[in-house]
Amino acid sequence: MDLTFSKEDLDFQAEVRDFLTSEYPLAIKEKQDKRLPLEKEDIISWQKILASKGWFAINWPKEYGGAGLTPTQIYILQTELAGANTPILIPFGVNMCGPVIYTFGTEEQKKKYLPGILNSDTWWCQGYSEPGSGSDLASLQTKAELKGDNYLVNGTKTWTTLAQHADWVFCLVRTETTDIKQEGISFLLIDMKSKGIEVKPIITIDGAHEVNMIYFDDVEVPANNLIGEEGEGWNIAKFLLMHERTGIAGIAALKRELKRLKEISSDLIVGEASLLDDANFRNKIEAAEIELTATEFTELRTLSQISSGGAPGPESSILKIKGTELQQSISELFIEMLGYYAHPFLTEAELGSNASIGPDYAGSAMPHYLNFRKVSIYGGSNEIQRNVISKAILGL
Amino acid sequence: MDFNFNEEQTLIQGQVAQFIQRDYEWEKRQNLVSSELGYSEENWKTFAELGWLGISLSEASGGFGGTALESMIIMEEFGKGLVVEPFLETIILCSALIDSCGTDEQKSEILDQVIAGNMHLALGFTEPQSRFNLADVTTEAKLKDGNYIVNGFKSVVMNGPNANKIIISTRTTGKQTDKDGITLLLIDVNQDGVSLRNYPTVDGRRASELTLENVTVPSSYLLGSEDQGFQLLEDAIDNATLGICAEAVGAMEVLYKTTVEYTKTREQFGQPIGKFQVLQHRMVDMFMEYEQSKSLLYMATIKNVEGSQDAKKSISGLKYQVGKAAKFIGQQSVQLHGGMGVTDELNVGHFFKRLTTIISIFGNTDYHLKRYSQL
Repeated sequence: MDLTFSKEDLDFQAEVRDFLTSEYPLAIKEKQDKRLPLEKEDIISWQKILASKGWFAINWPKEYGGAGLTPTQIYILQTELAGANTPILIPFGVNMCGPVIYTFGTEEQKKKYLPGILNSDTWWCQGYSEPGSGSDLASLQTKAELKGDNYLVNGTKTWTTLAQHADWVFCLVRTETTDIKQEGISFLLIDMKSKGIEVKPIITIDGAHEVNMIYFDDVEVPANNLIGEEGEGWNIAKFLLMHERTGIAGIAALKRELKRLKEISSDLIVGEASLLDDANFRNKIEAAEIELTATEFTELRTLSQISSGGAPGPESSILKIKGTELQQSISELFIEMLGYYAHPFLTEAELGSNASIGPDYAGSAMPHYLNFRKVSIYGGSNEIQRNVISKAILGL
Repeated sequence: MDFNFNEEQTLIQGQVAQFIQRDYEWEKRQNLVSSELGYSEENWKTFAELGWLGISLSEASGGFGGTALESMIIMEEFGKGLVVEPFLETIILCSALIDSCGTDEQKSEILDQVIAGNMHLALGFTEPQSRFNLADVTTEAKLKDGNYIVNGFKSVVMNGPNANKIIISTRTTGKQTDKDGITLLLIDVNQDGVSLRNYPTVDGRRASELTLENVTVPSSYLLGSEDQGFQLLEDAIDNATLGICAEAVGAMEVLYKTTVEYTKTREQFGQPIGKFQVLQHRMVDMFMEYEQSKSLLYMATIKNVEGSQDAKKSISGLKYQVGKAAKFIGQQSVQLHGGMGVTDELNVGHFFKRLTTIISIFGNTDYHLKRYSQL
């Protein structure tokens, strides 16, 4: 048991801070600090900057281009990146598809796909959910029939985040109808430029276009785009969900937001005192802080288990639930802090031209709150996560 | 004890319910929200013709002499259709205020027009620093040669873009948060020195930032007495709090019922998700929060109509409960609809957004809990 950083760790922290001071582009920083939406190019250019330092694929093994950092260094890096309010990385390539390919793919597939993920030249999206298959993912119906050297893919995927930017999509498809629905599922990589693919936007309650429907109509996909064996898709999906859930808590970003909430509310004078001095409001902030600290140390305990040889297990469901609940409650406290000034609702264009109504931090709070209703639904809803814990940990 | 509506009230309820069902389909409502005006003048004229606009105003002011009960009935039904016509602002918030304290000239100039459906009103009662404290007023009015000269700023004025006249709270004497020294004035939006910055709000409605620069208000546009405006303002907000809580109760009813129906048809793991006990209990809690809100709504409305001693306290109790219920029911309706719940396409998200603004309009749960303990 030891909570202090070693000399090496402190050196590493200083190195990260120096890097951020010199390499974090001002143009992106300004957008981030004003909570303005980023362009695709902003995200790619930031990911490339991280990659040039070797800090992009932090969880990858060194042989595939990973950073080779210790768990403590990963923790320091993530804390510093989020603390400086750098953009959230797009996880579909680097945290999801990449690990699947280097774990289950052939040498040829690794050579073909991993470089594009590492240098952010290929934008990936995730084709999992379908209109009839949400929490019950294994009931998916998108079909892939082998015809000669190609699979013929037909079906619909939904809630596909940022598919409008994507070059490739990794999909769970049904290659066989089996009694046990999990057994006929395969993991297939599909070029988004293929004939027969149509992407339609889904507008969400925050007014944003983040998610999409993807329609597949007789799309021809080369058979060697299959990862692993036919029917192995469900095992790969389970592996991937574990990867998705570690780090899903987003602790470092939550710390930054909570700090910001405290700073703003301590400057907000209501009558004679600040809003932060209001006992009711302060209690809610402090309760969130305690919950956040607990979640942080639950994550650290999980990480130290992994680094001493264990695999991320169902404990990651705890992090998913607690992390997302905190994301929602902190975004809700922002709304509460703003009172009436949470209500004006400007378009992205209006926000971009600095036309904020009320204080400049007000405009992004409501869209953020609304957008964050998704986090207890996606990545396995929090109800499903509780089922996982109850079955796999409590044995109920 | 009798919780039933009388014949006339039942008739009104049926009339409004029919309007929502027949003339206020979801698609029409969405088109209104994205139109330039943000609501339908045609609907507003219908409200006037059906007598809804004057229903709770006194007969002396040209109304039908109803009470907050009739307003409650209308607002509860409006909540079910998520009606965007500014009934709350023009009628419940402002007209009732003018009815209670206006001069005969003010009533005939304004209320006749309002009841006929030709005039809209708004109330500028918040400033950037005031949060929910109605007494926190820095907008200044100085009497000069029989006119008030007004300088200041009002924030998030609901229905501001659409109002012909706006009632504002101003400070004529005293310190920034004194209850004494607040004066209510009527201003015309076309007057020199009045400027509005209009914008949509997240619930599909409209509001304005109102800047007042050397605006000359004749003393004939003073509402009530000079320096004594606070009580009038508080009464108006209390009355409107009843109205907005009624709207919330209507909206919550739709949300919990829609969610129950959805979970009966949405199948996952080979069965309707409504078969899962964890979701059943969640929906039972939603239902109970709705019922508890409705109970306090009826209680508080009746106490206010009867002028009970604890009428104001009952309003704070109601708003606390409604805030708590609106949050729970709104959030859980989205959650139980899964991804569909966060789409712009489905009505659920829009009900959720209106409930979200209702939580803080006229004071959030913390504010009303505190006020409850002080009253």
